Amino acid sequence: MAVEFSEAAKQEFKEILKHYPTKEAAMLPTLHLAKREFDHISPEVITYISQLLDLHVTRVANVVSFYTLFPTEPEGKYVIQVCSTLSCQLMGAETVVEHIKEKLNIDVGETTPDKKFTLKKVECLGSCGTAPVMQINDDYYEQLTVEKIDKILDSLE
Amino acid sequence: MSELYFLKNRGNPESKSIDFYLSHGGYEALKKTLKNFEPNSVIDEVKKSGLRGRGGAGFPTGLKWSFVPQDNPNPKYLVCNADESEPGTFKDRYIIEHEPHMLIEGIIISSYAIHSHLAYIYIRGEFAKGAKILENALAEAREKGFLGKNILGSGYDLEIYVHRGGGAYICGEETGLLESLEGKRGWPRLKPPFPAVVGLFKSPTIINNVETLSNVPLIMERGGEWYSQLGRDPKNAGIKLYCVSGHVNRPGLYEFEMGINLKELIYEHAGGIYKNHQLKAVIPGGSSTPVLRPEEIDVPMDYDSLAAIGTMFGSAGTIVMDETTCMVDALYNLERFYAHESCGQCTPCREGTMWMVKLLRRLEHGEGTVEDVDLLADIAGNIMGRTICPLGDAAAMPAKSFVQKFRDEFIEHAKQHKCPVKKDKSIKVTDANA
Repeated sequence: MAVEFSEAAKQEFKEILKHYPTKEAAMLPTLHLAKREFDHISPEVITYISQLLDLHVTRVANVVSFYTLFPTEPEGKYVIQVCSTLSCQLMGAETVVEHIKEKLNIDVGETTPDKKFTLKKVECLGSCGTAPVMQINDDYYEQLTVEKIDKILDSLE
Repeated sequence: MSELYFLKNRGNPESKSIDFYLSHGGYEALKKTLKNFEPNSVIDEVKKSGLRGRGGAGFPTGLKWSFVPQDNPNPKYLVCNADESEPGTFKDRYIIEHEPHMLIEGIIISSYAIHSHLAYIYIRGEFAKGAKILENALAEAREKGFLGKNILGSGYDLEIYVHRGGGAYICGEETGLLESLEGKRGWPRLKPPFPAVVGLFKSPTIINNVETLSNVPLIMERGGEWYSQLGRDPKNAGIKLYCVSGHVNRPGLYEFEMGINLKELIYEHAGGIYKNHQLKAVIPGGSSTPVLRPEEIDVPMDYDSLAAIGTMFGSAGTIVMDETTCMVDALYNLERFYAHESCGQCTPCREGTMWMVKLLRRLEHGEGTVEDVDLLADIAGNIMGRTICPLGDAAAMPAKSFVQKFRDEFIEHAKQHKCPVKKDKSIKVTDANA
């Protein structure tokens, strides 16, 4: 089943191309755009992007498999990414993970049955001074406590 | 320098707007530069200032700029490295989110210095908020005529684009960044050739860190000579953002002239050790820098002073560990990071990091042997200097230094068949200086 950008996304893609002397260099911004449009990067999306950029399918697949921000499987509406590198670990990241696992009744890497939440452990988010930290979709949540985590998750529709 | 520079507007949400920036003297340095300085004179001024790269390597900035061959017919590129991912580091994010125009002004002046007409800000993909703030700030700058064609009537053209990364620490390595910017996997390149000669799209390219570039307006405004007097000595000159995280009462961002004492930073400014615990270890400049024992922290924090005691200034990402930290567990955490972030090109790094992770897992779970401890140091030694890029070294240095300085603890894990440290994994609440 072929996928296609919306009209707005097609316009945005045209603009993106103007920023680079080669089409290949538009790869990452196009993947970010595709993630917004299609939620995850399926094989059909990879084929579509390879056509847009005049590249072999393997060049696109090669890039998608390297970076952490382009999911190839469907994820929940809210992707909870708990930073687990040293400073956050020192400040209780493991407890943050355990609490969310218990609250949502899923393991790391899993999605809730209602497809609302996916839980992931990620590497340093660059907010070590306000550890422990998690990112949900595009937003950072810092200086977490059990109460704050509950408040945040309960507030997400 | 008595006034703050980077942090002067901390707490004020208006600071990111161009109107606020302009009303506080913003873009005056750019005006002065375009009016009174030829590009080569800008390079001279930055050389005079003694500014060194703030990303971690500390290479003299003006000198790097002078490597761009102006007789090369290809377009020149300036790339701002905003891929901040070194564990313990969170200074660039502050500048991006709160002083984007300081960075943009710095990029414009720096691009002018190297005759570049196209600059990119490569920002890590996770900084979605920062990318939006930068896009808005760039639009504001374009609207006011600080970007685009014939900037301020000077005849100089420049465009700056934001380029978001895809989530990969290795893309903070300058050649990994270039590969990623070109639309590929972030696989670092062999150097030489250096990016200044063969960089982005095979053209001369300067890659500078966010904080490095953000110093440039200050240098052009007050002069390189003036800047070189700040700090403990001219070879380690200027002002610096220091990041403190881990077991302190007031983690966060601090600004000082270069060379603040590490002990003073931890005990006087960051509130001392969390809940008055005992200090156990300090990583001074980001996870890749060799660890220090408590008796080693009476040292100025600058490039040369820390190098003299066998560690590095790096990104000034100081991570403090108290007695509730198991050093094996901490190293296990770091090596998991490096193993995950290894791009996979070089066998010593790809296989070595995974091997160290397995060894550390065994040790931490009481299944390791005394021989494993020396094996760990041996593997690290075999990664160092044998890879295309410094990520291999970055993975090896913590392993070597942790084993060297906390050897007894590692041996005890093996002898006692368990982790003998009373770890505290609870969530710590601090008065963070965010």
